[in-house]
Amino acid sequence: MTNFPWLTVIGVIPLIGAAVVAGLPAGLTDRAKHVALGFSLVTLVFGIAAALQFENTSDQQFQLTEQHEWIPQFGVSYALGVDGIALVMILMALLLTPVCILAAWRDVPEGGKREKNYFALMLVLVTFMVGVFAATDVFLFYVFFEAMLIPVYFLIGSYGGPRRQYAAVKFLLFSLAGGLVMLVGVIALYRYGPGGADGFLVAKLTGLDLGATPERLMFVAFFFAFAVKAPMWPVHTWLPDAATEARPATAVLLVGVLDKVGTYGMIRFCLQLFPEASKWATPVVLVLAVISILYGALLAIGQTDIMRLIAYTSVSHFGFIVLGIFALTTTGGAGSALYMLNHGFSTAALFLIGAMLVARRGSKRIPDFGGWQRVTPGLAGVFLVAGLSGLALPGLSSFISEIMVLVGTFQRYPAAAVIATAGIVLAALYILLMYKRMMTGPKPELTTPVRDITRREKLVVAPLIAAFLVLGFYPKPALDMLNPAVSKTLHYVGVTDPAPTSAADGSTK
Amino acid sequence: MTSLAHLATADGAATAATGVTAYAWLLVALPLLGAAVLLFGGRATDKWGPLFATAMSWAAFVVGFVVWLAMLGRDGEDRAAHLHLFNWVPAGSFNLDAGMLVDQLSVTFVLLVTFVGSLIHVYSIGYMEHDPDKRRFFAYLNLFVAAMLLLVLADSYLLLYVGWEGVGLASYLLIGFWNHNPAYATAANKAFVVNRVGDFGLSVGIMIMFAAFGTVTFAGVQQAAEGGAGEGVLTAIGLMLLLGACGKSAQFPLQSWLGDAMAGPTPVSALIHAATMVTAGVYLVVRSSFVFDHAPNAQLAVVIVGAITLIFGAIVGCAKDDIKKALAASTMSQIGYMMLAAGLGPVGYAFAIFHLLTHGFFKAGMFLGAGSVMHGMNDQVDMRRFGGLSGAMKITWITFGLGWLAILGVPPFSGFWSKDKIIEAAFIGEGWRPWVFGGAALIGAGITAFYMSRLFFMTFHGTKRWQTDGDDAVHPHESPRTMTIPMMVLAVGSGLLGLVLSLGGTFTHWLEPVVGGHEEGEHPVLPVWLLMTLTLLLVAGGVLLAWMRYWRDEVPQVQPTGSLATRAARRDLYQDDVNEGVFMRPGLHLTRALVFADTRGVDGGVGGLAALVGGTSSRLRRLQNGFARSYALTMLAGVVVILGAMWVIQ
Repeated sequence: MTNFPWLTVIGVIPLIGAAVVAGLPAGLTDRAKHVALGFSLVTLVFGIAAALQFENTSDQQFQLTEQHEWIPQFGVSYALGVDGIALVMILMALLLTPVCILAAWRDVPEGGKREKNYFALMLVLVTFMVGVFAATDVFLFYVFFEAMLIPVYFLIGSYGGPRRQYAAVKFLLFSLAGGLVMLVGVIALYRYGPGGADGFLVAKLTGLDLGATPERLMFVAFFFAFAVKAPMWPVHTWLPDAATEARPATAVLLVGVLDKVGTYGMIRFCLQLFPEASKWATPVVLVLAVISILYGALLAIGQTDIMRLIAYTSVSHFGFIVLGIFALTTTGGAGSALYMLNHGFSTAALFLIGAMLVARRGSKRIPDFGGWQRVTPGLAGVFLVAGLSGLALPGLSSFISEIMVLVGTFQRYPAAAVIATAGIVLAALYILLMYKRMMTGPKPELTTPVRDITRREKLVVAPLIAAFLVLGFYPKPALDMLNPAVSKTLHYVGVTDPAPTSAADGSTK
Repeated sequence: MTSLAHLATADGAATAATGVTAYAWLLVALPLLGAAVLLFGGRATDKWGPLFATAMSWAAFVVGFVVWLAMLGRDGEDRAAHLHLFNWVPAGSFNLDAGMLVDQLSVTFVLLVTFVGSLIHVYSIGYMEHDPDKRRFFAYLNLFVAAMLLLVLADSYLLLYVGWEGVGLASYLLIGFWNHNPAYATAANKAFVVNRVGDFGLSVGIMIMFAAFGTVTFAGVQQAAEGGAGEGVLTAIGLMLLLGACGKSAQFPLQSWLGDAMAGPTPVSALIHAATMVTAGVYLVVRSSFVFDHAPNAQLAVVIVGAITLIFGAIVGCAKDDIKKALAASTMSQIGYMMLAAGLGPVGYAFAIFHLLTHGFFKAGMFLGAGSVMHGMNDQVDMRRFGGLSGAMKITWITFGLGWLAILGVPPFSGFWSKDKIIEAAFIGEGWRPWVFGGAALIGAGITAFYMSRLFFMTFHGTKRWQTDGDDAVHPHESPRTMTIPMMVLAVGSGLLGLVLSLGGTFTHWLEPVVGGHEEGEHPVLPVWLLMTLTLLLVAGGVLLAWMRYWRDEVPQVQPTGSLATRAARRDLYQDDVNEGVFMRPGLHLTRALVFADTRGVDGGVGGLAALVGGTSSRLRRLQNGFARSYALTMLAGVVVILGAMWVIQ
């Protein structure tokens, strides 16, 4: 099945699912979530099947490729393909989708059309997420990049919390601003490229001699959009509002998957298409990354809203990811790519379990809790595990990626790495202070009895915790997929890892 | 130098593990299985869980014992074995395998951890009998044993790090085991966060190793360090590792968490915060001997830290009335001795580990004794409310007494053999160092004798300061067998272990292939007989002073105001005040300011775009809502139209 259009199929299934869910006849409206879950699981199966076709040792940059003329007058092709990083991102998105649908089971209790649309929007979002990671045509990427905003806007603006409108608008305006700047870059890039009917292909735009100034300007245009999306300090302020107003499942897809498009874009487009400009910008980017790490962590410590706190931890974690990417070492790059995967699971667990607690307490305010380990020991336990993953406890997945980022960064930029390492102390503070305030202390007097974790909730949490443990102890399968992609990207940038500075007689292992 | 005696511990030179040694992974797997079964099994395992966990711990001991026997069957130089597990972190040029290093040093720890750990599991069956959450308690204990064994068996700094933070997690969970008391929850957080400051050092150390040598395995770093790596690099690595060790082992300046950690149940204090986990810093330094041997400045830092901490802990120990906190201060001080010895280089490594072993027995024994006293005294910890308990709790009194004699260093009890050697080693050298460090070790021995005798007399002798009737009536009684038997076993160790392991230098010879040995011709600046006499005189003086004040004289039940020095020592020499003033409060202000600035400043100032949405007046918001909704739809329509147009043109 080498010519089977895996990526198109993976993208189309959820779209069909969305149509089916939205078009369910009145009698079957209450089945919307079941149908949506079914489609998301089928997509996941196809995603795994596609991953099995993937060869880690291939020489090609992209595999599972498809290419069709789309708008040849403008050089736009419908071209899909994945390298290890893109494939891992798609798999993560496909795995998180059923988890999110299951977590969103009772998000629209009034049911009816509103519920159908809710789940249909989530499925549409999946299509766009697959597309954005699979696109190997810069313009196609841009289309998906902007199209993603639409379902998210409605998911936040129509289904979110009390300040959903404000948050949705803020999200949209930030993203559009970034997107429009990038559009300028996209068009400019085409003009510098070879042109022709497939002139927007990534392959055609790699290794161009753009001239220093145009390359830098284009780099900035792309980087700005990705920095907003990632989000990095100081353009992060839309995230806490969006994350706290969105439904938890939306927040997971937003922070866990969508924001990765930012860091993914930095690897695929900034580094690969603008290698010289990337090197030129590195000092500034590293400074912004380190600020993001510390700033996000300090802000997280100061939050009193659970969801905002988790959002700020993500600002810090994205700082680590960007740091590793721009360290331009294989270790840092592989660490960042793995971090993108791990962060998806760990932030999903934090948001979803946090939301389970919020639903029981009826408040997002941390001070409204206290002593809940005595009320819901099961939820407290899994919340702690999720938190420990957030603070990168060794043995859980995020540790490997975090230390790899730091080790890889230190090879080239010791000062940045050492300052960033302070983030691990702050991480312990924001997680453990939250846990202490919410879970410890005397058992509270509650007017209504509260249930501990339910069967459905266990199903939501189990795959995430399994991912922490498996990737924590055995990250090799993921790393084997990511390594070649990282090496290839660094090859395009034209850098090699610094040799050990003090190796003894060159024979070190 | 003794580097020739170093075993090459890589896949290359250390023999690949065969026979039973190839099953060394079970050491970690068995207790880990126990923890997993109890945690994931939930309430279904309530009934048999504690016994299962105890069995898993003993099973690990049996495996460790068999591995040790197999090791004894080989010659000294062939004893180290390397067990390759799997390809763990193949990230870019950082390609690391997970493996275990089963050598004399790690097996010593394996035996200590599994034996003392298993005894404490048994003790906990009695001690935690009535706790509703005891399943969780045993799960955490198993988790601790697994993590600690991983720590000592790891073959690389990164895998060690996993065990390192794993024991930190277990410690956090167990300190906060009764976290319905907010103070205990705070103590747990404090322990974890202070340890993370140490882990900052360990992380940076790992980064330097990789950047400088391209490897983080013990074997690789050893090869690089002995192959002429620059002293500057090794000093930097050494200092970073020392920072990590300070966090884990509660050494100055990261000592502040240990006293508060006594919030945990007493078996935890015995196992984690006395016998094993807190000694991990000493293990790290000794394991990294190849780094420190070539970085004299880092070594000096280790000695200084050890010397400061041993005096610091001893002073604090003199003023504490809480029996567990007094013991905790003593632990800090004793680890200071070990650290000092480890910093002395090859003359001290073996004695550091030797003292670590004997201390593991006598201090765990005394903590269990303290737990037994609390068990019989309604969980009272204030020694001013004890007194004269020797009659009511005979077994506890005798076992505790043996531990007391051991820590005093009275011959022939265990501590005499290990601590005296450290004092001797501290007096070796040239210039000012032997006088300063030897002097500190010597004076520390005297203070130790005073505060430990104070503790012993206040608890077991003198007048009874408790009532059998009235409001706070207590009926002191001996603890059940599950508790006393472990105490007796540890007391035997406190009595004899030092002597047995010293006969013919057994223990130092055993470790020599790993850490090198005592060089011939190195003698203390004072004759050994004089040092021994001085030590014993100081010890006798300390005991006598304690006897006068806490046995012969009446001990006030209410804490007297005390001198300036006493008050300072009661407040742990103002360690928390310093930390609060220098780190916590400024940090709090910084955080608050940033939160304020983020909502007002950064958000508002990200440009006109954000300013547009940043306003909160409802009028403006309504305006924007309409604007953005239509904007989104327009954009969608725009995309569709453009694409459609392109299609048509085509």
